Amino acid sequence: MLRRETVHAYLLLLPALILLVAFTHWPAIETLIDSLYATPHGSRPAPFVGIANYTDLLDDPVFRQALRNNAIYAAATIPASIVLALVMALAVNTALPGRAMLRMAYFLPTMLPMIAVANIWMFFYTPDYGMFDRILAWFGGGRHNWLGDSATALPAMIAVAVWKEAGFFMIFYLAALQTMPTDLREAAALEGSSRWNYFRRVTLPLLMPTTLFVMVNAVINAFRVIDHIVVMTRGGPDNATTLLLYYIYETGFRFWDTATAATLTVVLLAILALTAWLQFGVLGRRVHYR
Amino acid sequence: MMVAEQRRLGVTLETVGAWMLGILWLLPLLYAVWTAFHPAAYATSFDPLAPLTLNNLITAWQAAPFTRYLLNTVMLVTLILAAQFVLCTLAAFAFARLVFPGRDLLFAVVLLQLMVMPDVLLVENYRTLAQLHLVDTILAIALPYLGSAFGVFLLRQTFLTIPQPLDDAARLEGCGLFARLWRVYVPLAKPTYIAYGLVSVSYHWNNFLWPLIITNSVTTRPLTVGLSVFATSDQGIDWSIVTAATLMTSAPLLVAFLLFQRQFVQSFMRAGIR
Repeated sequence: MLRRETVHAYLLLLPALILLVAFTHWPAIETLIDSLYATPHGSRPAPFVGIANYTDLLDDPVFRQALRNNAIYAAATIPASIVLALVMALAVNTALPGRAMLRMAYFLPTMLPMIAVANIWMFFYTPDYGMFDRILAWFGGGRHNWLGDSATALPAMIAVAVWKEAGFFMIFYLAALQTMPTDLREAAALEGSSRWNYFRRVTLPLLMPTTLFVMVNAVINAFRVIDHIVVMTRGGPDNATTLLLYYIYETGFRFWDTATAATLTVVLLAILALTAWLQFGVLGRRVHYR
Repeated sequence: MMVAEQRRLGVTLETVGAWMLGILWLLPLLYAVWTAFHPAAYATSFDPLAPLTLNNLITAWQAAPFTRYLLNTVMLVTLILAAQFVLCTLAAFAFARLVFPGRDLLFAVVLLQLMVMPDVLLVENYRTLAQLHLVDTILAIALPYLGSAFGVFLLRQTFLTIPQPLDDAARLEGCGLFARLWRVYVPLAKPTYIAYGLVSVSYHWNNFLWPLIITNSVTTRPLTVGLSVFATSDQGIDWSIVTAATLMTSAPLLVAFLLFQRQFVQSFMRAGIR
């Protein structure tokens, strides 16, 4: 006989759990299974191919480039947006003239859809007419096809992501700064400690949990948000801006190669799982929680 | 004396630096606003006397079914928010206040979704919805997001802070489970609902990739997808009109943000502090 409370609990959980499992857990498992089969054609069942999809992936130059691009993209956007977010939070946490305006200026890009951001920035990157070429023209620079040149296309995407994200992360730093005890600052001032010293020895360590939280979000975003790629470059030129999820989107919905898409998704899931493990397992223990 | 002067200089430099960064951050938006409200001929020349115009906005609005897209987005966001509130409240209450076997395990299973989001599982979710014959419906855009681990987590944390004696008192007065939930827990968790609601609405108002994949007609496309279809196929490179359309589609959320800035910022903070 089940207890009443147990029955109630399961009934309350049921709707949310069914949806969660149906659209997150089950597809994740299904992806793993699909990655071991070839892409089905017509009504014939897909043959089991073992790890062949994975070995094919290793020989796929586009996959390797997508991984490399994503690594560069993450390695650039994550530190840049975190440092900028911290600078912004420190700035608007002081009694600065026009503080509310400034906070709004930093935060505004966060409220725009990424697709709107992409449209606006696409205009800036337009050769000749765009803002970048016009500013460079003042300094004697020439016409440059920012999105059409494989050397500048990925940095152009990175700039867009940093602009969109930094203000969002600022909010979390601001929240942490506002809960910080002020008596520490007074004590440090009495002892004649410089502001830089105070920041390095007190503020920064106290912000570590926030930094960890922001970092995990930044990592997830670096692998999850590809709206700007879809709109601005479609992964081009020559796959210079193809990120992992964009490659999944392309193989899954433009080439309808579901087996390869499933295999790529497993790689992406592994990266996300590794991030989670690093957060809770390794870094989590070294961070000082208050 | 010297120290005070040095400090004042430092503060001035910091203010100037902070504002330069602020202007740099606003520049793209200001540029977009300039382009949208001036004739195409002035799109890239900053003549302060350039004539203002609303023609770009009017042309853009009439060139594509944006009214319908707006309606779709509003329906989508409403559907998601209503379902998330109900489902997450029920689950959060069970996790916070009921004792049952497997509670911790199930909670861990739910939390997995914080790392593995449906946004990544495009191909499999598309197949599921195709099997359900739901492709190209607003329900299909919403379904993967209705069971939200984030919402369950946030509400559970809030429910845990509500004093147990309040719950006991309601129980003694003969309130059943739903009555306690509705009379005690939901009213006290109002700030969390507002915070979660704002985060959820702005996320789904702006979401793009999944709606792009699962919809293919005017009657289902949300604003974001409608905007991308409009910007790529219809207009080509008439930047004045594309920019006007871009600002129009973002306007409702931006205006709401400017009006309720404090609530927005506090909501995002609240949602972020775990």
